Amino acid sequence: MKILVQADVFDLGSEVDAMRQGRTDIGAIASFVGLARDMNDGSGVAAMTLEHYPGMTEKALAALVDEANARWALQDVTVIHRIGRLLPGDPIVLVAVASRHRGEAFAACEFIMDYLKTQAPFWKKEETADGERWVEARASDDAAAARWNHKPDLFS
Amino acid sequence: MKLRVLYFARLRERFGVAEEGIEFAGATAGDLLAQLQARGGAWAEELAAGRAFRLAVDQEIVALDAVLHDGAEVAIFPPVTGG
Repeated sequence: MKILVQADVFDLGSEVDAMRQGRTDIGAIASFVGLARDMNDGSGVAAMTLEHYPGMTEKALAALVDEANARWALQDVTVIHRIGRLLPGDPIVLVAVASRHRGEAFAACEFIMDYLKTQAPFWKKEETADGERWVEARASDDAAAARWNHKPDLFS
Repeated sequence: MKLRVLYFARLRERFGVAEEGIEFAGATAGDLLAQLQARGGAWAEELAAGRAFRLAVDQEIVALDAVLHDGAEVAIFPPVTGG
């Protein structure tokens, strides 16, 4: 298990290679990379800055991964989330999940992302032509997390 | 008791403070909110009932009835928007 919160860019290929390194029992690796878009809510976005809650962020991500491990038979999980100022096209978040079969890897990868969006203490501020604005939480993200049919909050 | 209270993102900007020590005579997270609301202005507005914000105690999300302890790290922040 690898959980990192960092300003630096990450490389999906390197992270997947690191998971596979030295082992032949893995049958599937599913991965997700979230990118900074150039458009949100009808406005062009020139850049965004990601703020987080140091300490709680790492604990929240570890709790997400623990929950995924409790639900599926996983062999390894990597979660990397960037902080600081990012430009359109920059990668923001990476989740990679290794398991013996694809079903667990696909499901756990999506689960971790859905819960990360609603549980991990990160906040985005966008720079637009009209000035800076904080991104508002989306009801669709709550709905995506809720469909996993779990208590809505992992940490209470 | 003494609390360390942290604010993040939009709330940090609205309140103009990232962190403060607070002398607290109440019991629960809800009592702390009432004490902060009593400051008026942005505090009363942002922490009013029905506004969307989250509370964490010692880095875990809690409800308003959570009991606080001396030295607790309390954080108040908007719903999260990472990923």
